Amino acid sequence: MSLKAETVSWSAGGRLIVDAVDLEVMPGEFLGIIGPNGSGKTSLISLLAGIRPPKSGTVSLEGRPLAQTTRRDIAQHIALVEQQAETTERITARQAVELGRTPHLGALSPWSRRDTDIVDRALEHVGMSDFSGRMWHTLSGGERQRLHIARSLAQQPQILLLDEPTNHLDIHHQIGLLELVRGQPLTVVAALHDLNHAAVFCDRIAVMDRGRIVALGTPTEILTEDRIFAVFGVAATVERDEDGSCFVRYRRPRPKLHLISDTTKRHDHAR
Amino acid sequence: MRSTPLSINRTGAVLTALALLFLALVLGAAIGETAIPLDVVGKTIANRLWGAGYPLDAIDEGIIWNYRLSRAVVAACCGAALSLCGVVLQALLRNALADPYILGISAGASTGAVAVAILGIGAGMLTLSLGAFFGAVFAFALVSLLALRAGRGTGAIILAGVAGSQLFNALTSFIVTKSANAEQARGIMFWLLGNLSGVRWPDVTLALPVALGGLLVCLWHARALDAFTFGAESAASLGIPVKRVYVILISATALMTAVMVSIVGSIGFVGLVIPHAARFLVGVRHGLLLPAAALTGAIFMIAADILSRVIIPGQVLPIGVITALVGAPAFALILSRGRAAS
Ligand SMILES: Nc1ncnc2c1ncn2[C@@H]1O[C@H](COP(=O)(O)OP(=O)(O)O)[C@@H](O)[C@H]1O
Ligand SMILES: [Mg+2]
Repeated sequence: MSLKAETVSWSAGGRLIVDAVDLEVMPGEFLGIIGPNGSGKTSLISLLAGIRPPKSGTVSLEGRPLAQTTRRDIAQHIALVEQQAETTERITARQAVELGRTPHLGALSPWSRRDTDIVDRALEHVGMSDFSGRMWHTLSGGERQRLHIARSLAQQPQILLLDEPTNHLDIHHQIGLLELVRGQPLTVVAALHDLNHAAVFCDRIAVMDRGRIVALGTPTEILTEDRIFAVFGVAATVERDEDGSCFVRYRRPRPKLHLISDTTKRHDHAR
Repeated sequence: MRSTPLSINRTGAVLTALALLFLALVLGAAIGETAIPLDVVGKTIANRLWGAGYPLDAIDEGIIWNYRLSRAVVAACCGAALSLCGVVLQALLRNALADPYILGISAGASTGAVAVAILGIGAGMLTLSLGAFFGAVFAFALVSLLALRAGRGTGAIILAGVAGSQLFNALTSFIVTKSANAEQARGIMFWLLGNLSGVRWPDVTLALPVALGGLLVCLWHARALDAFTFGAESAASLGIPVKRVYVILISATALMTAVMVSIVGSIGFVGLVIPHAARFLVGVRHGLLLPAAALTGAIFMIAADILSRVIIPGQVLPIGVITALVGAPAFALILSRGRAAS
């Protein structure tokens, strides 16, 4: 299943937020999107999921523009885990996961044994089977996040879009979740903020900066000291193993670095 | 769905629900200033529906059939419809305090009613009900337009509704204080608080199809309403055509509310409180919640109507007073429960 964005732009509040992005997601790959806060990762993922219409350009699924595909059709193939999705409804953990079956059920087609099995399996996958009867508002942030993932798995998509999926998780669950997702026969697009996770789990990494994709390639091609400094403004050392994997170590900014002079400048302006 | 409390036996549940509703209707016909035995009520229904031909006192039969039963049926329709509207709007707007009047409909209806009753608009061609209906639809159109212009999001709808309600309530007060005499003002106040005394069978032929049609439309969208649990974007990602669902369901609730308000006046609290009560009983899944709310609303409204007739002998209280007297404490309970939950 191929997902492709062609010169896709989106603006809000009179500002261009996604700027002519071209991106082809290869079937079966794990594509990471990295970039500073506000660089447009969430917006791009929404465009790829088809829940926001692009201002110009097209996103297409298997060569068919999303604009010409019904919402239900899209949702049978693409699942989305949002960065923040909360509710005040008094639902149980299980009911939250059951929502994932929505695109496969009609107004008249009843819930079946098969749907129950799929939900059971999804809960098991994220290690939340024991929590299935718990009320949503009694769960921790990490538990809720795992249930969101379970919901997206219950949707049985071919493509999974994840927006910063490891927020709120402890390191064990961060790795576990990325490993779980990687192990699925799925195409995955994930906005990640941990560069080392991106290095370990991604087949390719796209770098976003101010609404544009400024680089796209394998982790070793993308994670260089110069680029990390240019995009994130942090000094880092990138260590490479013989097997080609890389590891990013951040260095503490030394005094008189540009960040500090920036702050002073801002203070000058204020005066 | 399997994880809801009442999934044991669908047919059994439906039959029990219908039996309860029927019982409420019969009690609604039996209880009143002159109490009439239940068997007479049963025989009257049999006579009228199947021509059973039981010999009955003509006055009793007349009271039951022409006044009380039509009234009980309309009360049931009204309670069901308002509760459905409450459930739908609370889900779509993701606001526990949403009620059927949040879109400015009751305020518009009262303006329409006073425009007809006091200003004489329509020159006698328009009934109070029709005036109320046009007022309600006009107010809803204005509120929707404002909401669309104000931007997206459910916040815009709620704010536009508040603004619209304030405007039309002010207009109503303006007309009443400027032009009404004391008797008219009292009549209008009585109408505003909800009144079923004028209800006859022709009202049933309007209220019943609207309530049943509304129930079907809502049930058809039960899964869509579930999908709004985590917000509109999440619903969209689950395959729900969000805009279309908004338009269909909000129009349906507006129409149901406008019709009910035009028949019985703006009865408060039912549409706000019953959905919460029903959630408490059967959980939050709309496939079950919608019929449960409709049923609870119908029975609650019949009971409120009975109370309004018997609580002060020789005097009929506006039904809105009863629903509010029960509704306000229930509402306080919900508020405190909501705080405990968060
Ligand atoms: N609906 C919106 N209206 C106005 N600005 C928005 C809207 N959505 C996002 N933005 C802005 O677009 C930029 C990119 O946002 P986002 O896609 O959430 O970035 P990221 O996920 O990379 O942090 C931010 O500056 C944000 O403030
Ligand atoms: Mg983001």
